[in-house]
Amino acid sequence: MTASFIESAALWAPSLPGWDVARAAFRGEGAAVDPPARRPAPALLPPTERRRASDSVALALEVAADAVAGSGFAATELLSVFTSCHGDLAITDNLCSTLVAHPELLSPTRFHNSVHNAASGYWGIATGNRHASTAVSAFAQSFAAGLLEALTQAAAETRPVLLVGVDIAACGPLVATNTSRGMLAVALVLAPQASVRTLARLDWGLASGPAEPIALRSAAALALRANAMADALPLFEALARDDAELMALPLSAELALQVQLGGFARDRAAG
Amino acid sequence: MTYTSNRECSGALRGSAISIIRVTVSTAAVPSPIAPVAITAYTATSAVGAGKAAMQAAVAQARSGLRPNDFTHHPLATWIGRVDGLDQPLPAPLASWDCRNHRLAWLGLHADDFIAAVFAARARHGAARIALVLGTSTSSIGATEDAYRALDPDGSFPARSVNPRLHTPHSLAAFVQQALALAGPCLTVSTACSSSAKAFAAAERLLRLGLVDAAVVGGVDSLCGSVLFGFHALQLVSAEPCRPFDLRRSGINLGEAAGFALLERGSGELSLSGYGESSDAHHMSTPDPSGAGAEQALDDALARAGLSADAVDYINLHGTASAKNDEVEATLVARRFGARTHASSTKGFTGHALGSAGIVEAAFSLLALETGLMPGTQGSTQLDPACGPQIRLDAARAEVRCALSHSFGFGGTNCVLVFERRA
Repeated sequence: MTASFIESAALWAPSLPGWDVARAAFRGEGAAVDPPARRPAPALLPPTERRRASDSVALALEVAADAVAGSGFAATELLSVFTSCHGDLAITDNLCSTLVAHPELLSPTRFHNSVHNAASGYWGIATGNRHASTAVSAFAQSFAAGLLEALTQAAAETRPVLLVGVDIAACGPLVATNTSRGMLAVALVLAPQASVRTLARLDWGLASGPAEPIALRSAAALALRANAMADALPLFEALARDDAELMALPLSAELALQVQLGGFARDRAAG
Repeated sequence: MTYTSNRECSGALRGSAISIIRVTVSTAAVPSPIAPVAITAYTATSAVGAGKAAMQAAVAQARSGLRPNDFTHHPLATWIGRVDGLDQPLPAPLASWDCRNHRLAWLGLHADDFIAAVFAARARHGAARIALVLGTSTSSIGATEDAYRALDPDGSFPARSVNPRLHTPHSLAAFVQQALALAGPCLTVSTACSSSAKAFAAAERLLRLGLVDAAVVGGVDSLCGSVLFGFHALQLVSAEPCRPFDLRRSGINLGEAAGFALLERGSGELSLSGYGESSDAHHMSTPDPSGAGAEQALDDALARAGLSADAVDYINLHGTASAKNDEVEATLVARRFGARTHASSTKGFTGHALGSAGIVEAAFSLLALETGLMPGTQGSTQLDPACGPQIRLDAARAEVRCALSHSFGFGGTNCVLVFERRA
């Protein structure tokens, strides 16, 4: 097992617009907001771009900024990994619809925003961060695979890494073949060394053998399970509960990312 | 370069004893050298044909694979790098994955008997100890476009096309994982035109940390309406065969390709000895005119390889034939390399294969190391004055020990790879 440190966490969903709300709801100490929020307005973007940004970019920049603010790092210090199962499904729907009858009307802006690394690109532009940034995907295991990539980068490059995971709802004809519903965005800042801000220690490694999805515990998390980034929820529930649990996050039917949480900030404070 | 944080940081967190230490965080400047990783097999399939022999013949004969666009449903005046032989459906056990991108992947896996090299590696290391990291920009979106053209009368997705694992970016890697029967970490890297170059970097890290003993890397992208009309909308598509670094260049030609490489820890005849990744932090679809992001990727790649620019014999440039990319890249090469270095773009052979460009151009670079034949810049006749003496129109033979491959993409993503041949 390799030791890494979770420096900060962020989460945004319409029912849980922010980590403080989500953490309380996952602990059973608070409720989802009602009515739900519509979509975040990330302060990283200037107002005109904020309105024009796709949902997936707005979500990614919101949780990225939250996670960085909660960490002791400047945005420009971090490597970054952006993970998403499907990318921006509204843009996919728009491109495919436009191509059927009027391909010459394809929007150039929508096209360059359709790349899977759109949020990674906007993050770099908004923060001036010129470090390595990647965009990855791994179907229903996109969070776990993105977490493995981020932990691998933190350990191999000995640098702090921002991990952002976002998926949105299928729309248009895609709803028949794509089961993602609602919006969910999560982020972590992971570091190879601990700091005074460390939320939790995370020891990790690969484990072969059958891997089953982990059951969710809170009603607030269960309500988000139809989103394609839902494989992030067990870790965020455990983080909310300060739960020193050994978890096997499936990477496939035969392989898991084993993570052991511990060394919680609250335990340290109590000690 | 490292600096010591001015923050007081807590060290060991187990139990209640917390020691206060000063933590050292490395900054961007110079990454540490890495141990080279052996490349024990590689292949690429593109418009010039399937496998290394076809690539080598195209380079030797200065024969382009480009043709007038005969792909799109609506007319579009451009040239394309189309791969022949994609009419056959996938074999029955893989039939649920059938689409143009996966047929191209399947063709590419069999070129140069790459699939046999993977099966041999699986016998050596075990399926769970081999990672699969593939780059793709659009994956099987062509199948989604086809479904939208065949919507039911009520506008709903056709029932025969409903296939959740096909209409998603990870489709390619999931298909290849099944085709190769691998059980290690499986990841899609989708960073536009740097995707399959960055796959090498991700795989090297998994190997370095001992998480796997081997990795299959590469990428596949196939022609589809989204990219042809998308680049057309950005006014980046040329109506003529593309002319990288030419004074009269008029834009890109889209292509399609599949390519793969097998990486194993340890030394070999051919190796990946460095990589550098960076972000422009400038604009979504135009490169930073200063070239600072690309140069950072170059610096990081050379630092990981423990080499200076003087050691580089050949550079396979990104060289798309877009006005801005080629200007920025030519200026960077002129600034950083001596006249001895031979640099060229192979986009005039293959077209721009987007997410698979990185692996195809890695394969051109590895071929140059193996054969000593360095490609020319196919299609171009009169170099832009921004080009230094490094950028060559014609192929040339020499002793080639060290080759770089440049890959830059939308979102300002940059990746430079360093390959070496054992002396």
